[in-house]
Amino acid sequence: MDISIENIRKEFERFPALHDVSLDIRSGELIALLGPSGSGKTTLLRLIAGLEFLTSGRILFGNEDASHKSVQERNVGFVFQHYALFKHMTVADNVGFGLRVRPRSQRPSRAEIRRRAEELLELVQLPGLGKRFPAQLSGGQRQRVALARALAIEPRVLLLDEPFGALDAKVRRELRRWLRELHERTGHTTVFVTHDQEEAMELADRVVVMSNGKIEQVGSADDIYDAPASPFVFSFIGASNALRVHVEAGRVYLDDRPLELPRTNLPDGPARLYLRPHDLEVSRDEAGSIPGVISAVRRTSGARLIELEIGGRRDRLEIELPAEQSHRLNGRLAVRPRKWQLYRDDECRLAS
Amino acid sequence: MVLEPSFQGAVLAAPARSSHRSPVSEAPATRRVLIAIALLFLGFFLFLPLVAVFVEALRGGVGTYLRAISEPDALSAMKLTLLVAAIAVPANIVFGIAAAWAIAKFEFKGKAFLITLIDLPFSVSPVISGLVYILLFGTHGVLGPLVESAGIKIVFALPGIVLATIFVTFPFVARELIPLMQEQGTGDEEAALSLGASGFKTFLLVTLPNVKWALLYGVLLCNARAMGEFGAVSVVSGHIRGVTNTMPLHVEILYNEYAFQAAFAVASLLALLALLTLALKSLLEWRFADGIAAVRGH
Amino acid sequence: MAHAAGVIFRQPSVIPGFGLALGFTLIYLSAIVLIPLLALVVKSAGLGWSDFWRLATDARTLAALRLSFGAALVAAMINAVFGLLLAWVLVRYRFPGRRLIDAFIDLPFALPTAVAGIALTALYAPNGWVGQFLAPLGLKVAYTPLGVIVALTFVSLPFIVRTVEPVLAEIDRELEEASATLGATRLQTVSKVVLPSLLPALMTGFALALARAVGEYGSVIFIAGNIPYVSEIAPLLIVIRLEEFNYGAATAVAAVMLAISFSMLLLINLIQAWSRRRFGHGA
Repeated sequence: MDISIENIRKEFERFPALHDVSLDIRSGELIALLGPSGSGKTTLLRLIAGLEFLTSGRILFGNEDASHKSVQERNVGFVFQHYALFKHMTVADNVGFGLRVRPRSQRPSRAEIRRRAEELLELVQLPGLGKRFPAQLSGGQRQRVALARALAIEPRVLLLDEPFGALDAKVRRELRRWLRELHERTGHTTVFVTHDQEEAMELADRVVVMSNGKIEQVGSADDIYDAPASPFVFSFIGASNALRVHVEAGRVYLDDRPLELPRTNLPDGPARLYLRPHDLEVSRDEAGSIPGVISAVRRTSGARLIELEIGGRRDRLEIELPAEQSHRLNGRLAVRPRKWQLYRDDECRLAS
Repeated sequence: MVLEPSFQGAVLAAPARSSHRSPVSEAPATRRVLIAIALLFLGFFLFLPLVAVFVEALRGGVGTYLRAISEPDALSAMKLTLLVAAIAVPANIVFGIAAAWAIAKFEFKGKAFLITLIDLPFSVSPVISGLVYILLFGTHGVLGPLVESAGIKIVFALPGIVLATIFVTFPFVARELIPLMQEQGTGDEEAALSLGASGFKTFLLVTLPNVKWALLYGVLLCNARAMGEFGAVSVVSGHIRGVTNTMPLHVEILYNEYAFQAAFAVASLLALLALLTLALKSLLEWRFADGIAAVRGH
Repeated sequence: MAHAAGVIFRQPSVIPGFGLALGFTLIYLSAIVLIPLLALVVKSAGLGWSDFWRLATDARTLAALRLSFGAALVAAMINAVFGLLLAWVLVRYRFPGRRLIDAFIDLPFALPTAVAGIALTALYAPNGWVGQFLAPLGLKVAYTPLGVIVALTFVSLPFIVRTVEPVLAEIDRELEEASATLGATRLQTVSKVVLPSLLPALMTGFALALARAVGEYGSVIFIAGNIPYVSEIAPLLIVIRLEEFNYGAATAVAAVMLAISFSMLLLINLIQAWSRRRFGHGA
């Protein structure tokens, strides 16, 4: 099921939570809504589900306008962050709930519902646990029951709100892999919300990066990491440094010294140079590179991190070098970027 | 996508009418009907009886009303009621604090059973609460001869009324303090002791301020019940006019003598006490919700 | 108090006053509650089994017990319905005066029972405020078992509201949203998801209301008419036997009532334990 979100706005008590958001979700796609808290990602998910209603705009399910349909009519599978399993029902009754509440004419027989619940529990790798109560399951198992319950209604789209948020790190990684496999097997159009960039990048076909009620960028993991569309995306995804620089006639200056970078078509004026720690290499020559004073050297598990102070104490630059490469602990050091992004200063201020 | 044709039909047939309602609330009309039924029920069962007390009390005019509440028997009933509450409530405060201290600040065997025993008087009929003292101290009672030979009169006298009142109000203070003090743990007390405070100072300066609103709450409920108790007191009092009649008993006597206005006049004082109790109770709940207790329940 | 031979009776603690506090608690508890209740047990044991059985199964006693329990059961059921409705309205809806009404629910706890009794009689007597409209319909409330039910409904009204309210307030809205996303109508969500979650609290409240109503005396005796075999409740029968100086009969009735009250107390504890085990939270 293709889903088109067209120019939607959502206000809560006059407070705008989403402004003018448009997004096309293709059938069978696995999409991540990624952003910090308050970015509007959960609101967008709940709008698709019909748990909230639009202030303006349209949501299309296929060619059909779903904007004014109730949540019951939309037929979406929603998995809640804390699973929202019905505590007084067994696991099998939870999974079969969506079938049991159908109008009599469309309701499968009891035996059929039982069979379907069993089948779904097998799909989520919990065979034979149907008679248990949710309180008797582990967090990861509850999560999978919630998923089976959502799948039971044969939803047009599967929506997951922070699906792994309440689990510990190890279970989270296992479930992530497993969910990807499940998606490949069943082919449901799936949208999930997360604030974890690793989760979004590893799992999703496309990642929607959101901030302050707007979509910043939509793209594959490669797109958003290697070609971030805005300073926000650059600094939100992965580690990043920002240096205050100046653009004049297409050349980039750091404290009046030109940097050895290709010409830019940014207009003259203040700008910021965004750099990833591992995209910096030590340079023999200060001319055209970024000079600084080492303020700290730290060893992490896989790398050595060097902190440089640039232009006195104005900016701080973090450089990641291979761990094997030992390094002196103080003195001056010049570095040269292998990759970078340059943004106008006013763009950056909006983003921060 | 799996969508059966019949279902789709149902979807199309349903207009957007209901769709902008939050999926977790009822339609406005349903809501209004439910509120109306609830208010009607309260009106008949709570509000109307309360109004009836005051209307019936003032039926004969203010003069009659004032006479009824100032005649000697009424005054002596008020005095007795105040006296009984003035003994029973402090007694249960001391007990409540001691019990809460032992139960909340220490770990020992049989604690859960002790809590059940403290709550016991709530599940005993008031009449039985009075009866047990007659069986204990009455002429034919277990300790009756002993008490009589010592020249003490308990049943059909003040001590009996006080004992029965203490019995029915027994759990009020303790059950407010125990859960709150359990929740607060022993950290504050340990800190005070480590700073050199004595046990008594620790209690007075640390524990008591921590539970003052809960204590007040318990005292309020305890006092309301102590002044209003009817069944238990009725059994042990002997209904001696001007001597062992509390206000609720006086209401009964007047009512049975068909002195309805006088009965309602005295009753209206008790109803005012109830309203005052409710007002103070709500005030405590609204202002000091955290200071009362996390676990509410009567 | 910490010297219970051989076993560790309490965990060591730096906090003083354990012996004094527990000692006083036990002495006071024994003097006020346990010994007097024991006197009742001793007295009824003194009756001998056959006497006890004869007194407890006397026709008038049985009629009184049946009325007390029957009327209490009906009152608790009325309150189960309306208490649930009140809790729902007070927790879920916002309307003017809501907080005032919420506070007002506790009136039956605060109003002396004798006052409630004469007020309800004034309302429901055949010439009373409400009674005069019911009389032409052939409906007699005061001085009949119906009057007993009205009084017991009044005194046990707050129990179910107050046990259901906090549980309802804490039900996760996500549960209802989950139900809606699965296609359930609002009515299905309420009946299949919300009400079952409230069941333990509802049962606890029901048992509390029942226990209170069974033993109630003050509010009932004015409105009941107190006709033996018809509208005479068990607590009143105890008082009547006492006034006849028939201590044996009073004791027998009281012992039966006490036994039933304690079974109900046990039942409440069992409900709560079951609820905690099954759903991981108390009622």
